[in-house]
Amino acid sequence: MKTAEAPEETEELVEAAPPRKVRRYRVRRLSHKASMYVLLIGLCSFILLPVGWMLTAALKPDLAPIFTATPEWVPTKFWQWDNFRRVLTEKMPFLRYMINTMIVVIGNILGVLISCSIVGFAFARLRFRGSKVLFYILIVTMLIPWQALMVPQFLFFVKIGWYGTYLPLIVPSFTGTAFFIFLIRQYMRTIPKDLDDAARVDGLNTWQIFWRIILPLSTPVLTVCAVFTFLSSWNNLLGPLIYLDSGEKFTVALGLANLVSIADTPWNLTMAANLVTIIPTVVVYFFVQKQLIGGIASVGLKG
Amino acid sequence: MAEITLEGVTKVFADGTEAVHSLDLRIPDGKLIVLVGPSGCGKTTVLRMVAGLEDLTGGTIVIGRREVNEVPPGERDVAMVFQNYALYPHMTVYQNMALSLKIRKLPKEEMKRRVHEAAQVLDLEELLQKRPRELSGGQRQRVAMGRAIVREPQAFLMDEPLSNLDAKLRVQMRAEILRIQKDLQVTTIYVTHDQTEAMTLGDLVAVMRKGVLQQVAPPQELYTHPTNLFVGGFIGSPAMNLVEATVSSVDGATFVEFAGQQLRVPSEVVAARPGLGAFEGRRLILGIRPEDMEDAALVPGAGPDDRFPVVVDIREGLGSDVYLHYKIEAPPVLTEDTKDLASDIDAKALEDLKTQASEHRSVFITRAGPETRARAGEQLEIHVDTRRLYFFDPATGASIYDDPVASSSGAAARVTT
Repeated sequence: MKTAEAPEETEELVEAAPPRKVRRYRVRRLSHKASMYVLLIGLCSFILLPVGWMLTAALKPDLAPIFTATPEWVPTKFWQWDNFRRVLTEKMPFLRYMINTMIVVIGNILGVLISCSIVGFAFARLRFRGSKVLFYILIVTMLIPWQALMVPQFLFFVKIGWYGTYLPLIVPSFTGTAFFIFLIRQYMRTIPKDLDDAARVDGLNTWQIFWRIILPLSTPVLTVCAVFTFLSSWNNLLGPLIYLDSGEKFTVALGLANLVSIADTPWNLTMAANLVTIIPTVVVYFFVQKQLIGGIASVGLKG
Repeated sequence: MAEITLEGVTKVFADGTEAVHSLDLRIPDGKLIVLVGPSGCGKTTVLRMVAGLEDLTGGTIVIGRREVNEVPPGERDVAMVFQNYALYPHMTVYQNMALSLKIRKLPKEEMKRRVHEAAQVLDLEELLQKRPRELSGGQRQRVAMGRAIVREPQAFLMDEPLSNLDAKLRVQMRAEILRIQKDLQVTTIYVTHDQTEAMTLGDLVAVMRKGVLQQVAPPQELYTHPTNLFVGGFIGSPAMNLVEATVSSVDGATFVEFAGQQLRVPSEVVAARPGLGAFEGRRLILGIRPEDMEDAALVPGAGPDDRFPVVVDIREGLGSDVYLHYKIEAPPVLTEDTKDLASDIDAKALEDLKTQASEHRSVFITRAGPETRARAGEQLEIHVDTRRLYFFDPATGASIYDDPVASSSGAAARVTT
């Protein structure tokens, strides 16, 4: 009722006010909007500057200088779109790399979602002895840098014969990631406890409560975890670099890195390949940004 | 359909607080019992123990013929309605209602039939494909009821199901719940804070205080024969007026004296309370309900021995009645019972009570007829229906009915089922 009445009231007020005041109000609102747009366009172009530079570089012929004293931005005088075809089909088996990367990425997302949601659920909603201590230990593991684990992990995976396979890049995610477990736990704690009670009275067991009630209600945080995992494993260079030995198993990030050599790096082609590898992440972000922002806001995660 | 029996049920939480103390309660098959009491009195804990959501520290709970102490909630065959409804937000109304049946692997047709039947009873058919957040409070409440009904359980457990609704809707849903319960004849335990709900819904009402059962009785008996000061003060709105008084006999007639005023206690009242004799010349607590008093001008045959003069402080016209507030030159009754009752209203009520005690005066409320001419600041004679006086032992808080020897145990629960 109240919301329906409100607009009428304001309209009346505006009509009753002297026209000069109204005009001033409109001008002010318009100028406010305009300045916001100018500001945002400015910031966006600043952020897009390197991408623009990459594009101009990617479009240059092989002999044109890439690193000019003043960086060149769009528009440029070169428009050699063929560079994209060359790098993706001749210089490296890009499609192959894409498929390889997708295998790793999907494996990681599955691993993170399955393991972290189960563990997060246990920490968030089950009462068991030592849950607090275990949780603190989990948090502490977040402080251990991956580099510290790199060598022992490598030796371990070599010993069990997983060197040169994707397993060392995928399987660890099935053992849970402290940060994602933390996020999921925080989110699941906000779901009203009464739902569990209602479900128990309805005859659901703990597993069914997890699967039918809590998990579907946790999609925002699961989206956040999935996207973060996608980004990190898509961009992961060090892991594939350590564990993959043959070119046909390379991921996109590793393939890209291999284009760069000490001398004679084909920078125009490298930039073209770089631009193409950005596309999937941009597309993913485009489609999930709403859930992502909602999810990040709901788990109280900033930055 | 089943009888529910609680025997010596006790709950001590991990932090050592005793929420429920040795509770004995029998809910006859098909009846609705209301557990009522101030917040923190353990009523919800009792309900959760019956549901199986809390473990018992001691005692047994029997539903039907089965002891259910160790039976998980889902297998107790009880359905619960929660205060905030606890509907599954990601499911449609249909799915919400059908979930428990799905878990029980009921055939699809049967499931459909039951959900649609319940939806018809509750007028939910149009809403079956909606999600909880698209529904109004009243509709959500009905879905929560529907979720309980489709189970066709042995018992309904309701935890303040109406407290999140606005006043008008509450009255409507109260009638709805009563109708459904009577139609289905399902044994029901209903927890509430609201005594109107308790009085209107309950076949039996159980008043609890600090984990201890005070009295179980049909609503009318609870009102006319409270077992103690706490029950007397808790049931009734506005609350019973309480004041310290003395009883004396003059020439075979019994008088009760308070705040310099004197009322004659009718002989039938004295006869019905043999215990009263032992208090002659001693302090006791007199209780008068606001509705048992009236502007004396409106009572034609009123004698001189059942009235007292006051100066009206506040006049609250309600249309149907007029509430008259006035001061009595006597300290208010300040016992654990009355403190509990006051703090159940809010912290300020307790403060007020203490101030009044220090000022040696207390506030009475009379519910007068709408024709009263009483105005604030004016003198008035108040007539008391002396057949409806209540007497309490100041030491124990127990109502004075029987012989003092017999009623000395009256502070404990008086179970009349």
